[in-house]
Amino acid sequence: MSAVLLEADRVERVYRIGRDVEVRALTDVSFRVERGDYVAIVGTSGSGKSTLLNLLGALDRPTSGEVRYDGRDVRVMDDAELALLRNRRIGFVFQSFHLLPRLTALDNVILPLTYRPGSRGDRRRRAQAALTAVGLADRLGHRPSELSGGQQQRVAIARALVTEPALILADEPTGNLDTRTGEEIMALLEALHDEQGTALVVITHEAEIAARARVRIELRDGRMVGGGPA
Amino acid sequence: MSLREAVRVAVQALVANRLRSVLTTLGVLIGVMSVVLLVAIGQGARTEITGAIEGLGSNLLFVLPGDGDFGAGPARSRFVVDDVADIERELPAPDDRVAGYTVGAESLQADGERVNATVFAVTASYPRVLDRTVARGQTISESDVVTSRRTAVIGAATAEALFAGQDPIGRNLTIGGIRFRIAGVLERIGGSGSPFGPDQDRVVLVPVTTGQRLFGTDRLDAIFVRAASTASVEADRATVDRVLGQRLDEDEFSVISQDEIIGVVGDILQILTLVLGAIAGISLLVGGVGVSNIMLVSVSERTREIGLRKALGARTRDITTQFLLEATALTVIGGAIGLGLGVAGAHLVATFAPVPAVVTWWSVALALGTSLAVGLVFGVLPARRAGRLDPVEALRHD
Ligand SMILES: Nc1ncnc2c1ncn2[C@@H]1O[C@H](COP(=O)(O)OP(=O)(O)O)[C@@H](O)[C@H]1O
Ligand SMILES: [Mg+2]
Repeated sequence: MSAVLLEADRVERVYRIGRDVEVRALTDVSFRVERGDYVAIVGTSGSGKSTLLNLLGALDRPTSGEVRYDGRDVRVMDDAELALLRNRRIGFVFQSFHLLPRLTALDNVILPLTYRPGSRGDRRRRAQAALTAVGLADRLGHRPSELSGGQQQRVAIARALVTEPALILADEPTGNLDTRTGEEIMALLEALHDEQGTALVVITHEAEIAARARVRIELRDGRMVGGGPA
Repeated sequence: MSLREAVRVAVQALVANRLRSVLTTLGVLIGVMSVVLLVAIGQGARTEITGAIEGLGSNLLFVLPGDGDFGAGPARSRFVVDDVADIERELPAPDDRVAGYTVGAESLQADGERVNATVFAVTASYPRVLDRTVARGQTISESDVVTSRRTAVIGAATAEALFAGQDPIGRNLTIGGIRFRIAGVLERIGGSGSPFGPDQDRVVLVPVTTGQRLFGTDRLDAIFVRAASTASVEADRATVDRVLGQRLDEDEFSVISQDEIIGVVGDILQILTLVLGAIAGISLLVGGVGVSNIMLVSVSERTREIGLRKALGARTRDITTQFLLEATALTVIGGAIGLGLGVAGAHLVATFAPVPAVVTWWSVALALGTSLAVGLVFGVLPARRAGRLDPVEALRHD
């Protein structure tokens, strides 16, 4: 097994708006994420960070170039393979949490487990353990509306880690939180990365965070500027 | 996602939107209920009417005016009382096998009570040919007919209505202003009577000659011939044809067997049943469109959920299945409740209305099958739309 988890190879993403208008969101982006890696993506708003993260997460396909997991191009994968990749290898953490409001914290964390085989009891146990790991052992039955923003993001992190992914992709995970809470959330993600060896790719505006990452990728108008080991 | 898990999720989603789910279900519920109920009523009418015709006695031939084309409307009768005797004479083993009657609606009065009744002016053979017997007193005799006696035999229900438990035999009864003496009371046939013909327990029989004077006619409305056996029906039909054919034109009368009438009437009522079912089916269709509509709204509302589920590992198929299950759960639950209400309604109709209702297994199977099919068919469009959503777009949706 090589140390390379995922490769972006001359990735380009062009959005078509209407008949003739195109938005070139990413141009010629290439880098690698290794197992247990820590990558920070920085750049101004509209520079293509989210577009890149969606491509890395196999939620989207590049217009040209390749995103390869274990040497296999995402573009040749069919719907079932992509679903399996997202479910097995990747955990997402979003800026706006994306919890289902009608489900309890526990059921929200169970959600990704329902897309793989297993018993209900086993899923509950694993979800409970994940929520305990993020410090929410006493909030299992609460719905998102009954939780603070920081707690909601913790539930989302528990949901990402419950599948034991190789990689966590976080798109401005602290963007909707105050500074203190944001720091706590980042500390949680970094602890996960340290203790479980989960690779972490995080979009951030915080220079401090970016400084702690092994790789810092800066985007400007969809192109990488600088980059490489920090 | 396992099917069991998918069902759980579907039910959860429906429960989360209780009121909307109930209202959406209502369309299918009403559709299935009306299919079951209307088909039951149609079937009930068919059973009832064919039963009523069979109840007239077996192996009957009906001699009716006109050429037998029901669509042409009622024809003017040219039958007279003598035709009855003429036919009887030509049949093998004559034994009160031919009866004629003419009918009118009259108001009856006795003991200060007043009711309306169907008055049959009949030949003396009529009760025997049609299997009617008197419970008390006497039936109409040949001499009553010959002398145009003002004598009447009344149905059991009429006797009760007019005399309330007292013995009506020998009492007077005014029919259309003319006084009759009551000679007998008919044996009760029972049942609620049929809405499609006079209640046989409420009829009044009078001698044909007396009745013709009362109604101002010298014709008979129809003639009945009772064949000796099923095997002799056709021979007797030929005899009737021959006898009447000497006096009347071919298109002035027709001889129809009981089986033929049951066949024709049964066919007509079967078509009626299907038409009723089809009309009710339209409301089921409308219910299905409602389900489709609400599912589309639901998909649009839950766009972000769909995007999230895809990000967490749901395949297109998982999403499609989930929404298809929601749609079919709505229609099948609606269908099951509608079926229950339809069956209950049919019982209610059968109990309280003069129209009987018979729930058939095929209408039940049809109703449940259709509601399942409606869910699948009308759920497919929203479900496919949900499955095809692009995860990135869906997650950005607000
Ligand atoms: N679905 C889309 N359709 C069209 N243009 C898009 C779409 N998503 C992003 N863009 C455009 O692509 C560029 C990069 O967007 P994004 O990746 O969201 O930037 P960032 O996350 O760095 O703020 C922006 O100009 C944005 O307007
Ligand atoms: Mg962004």
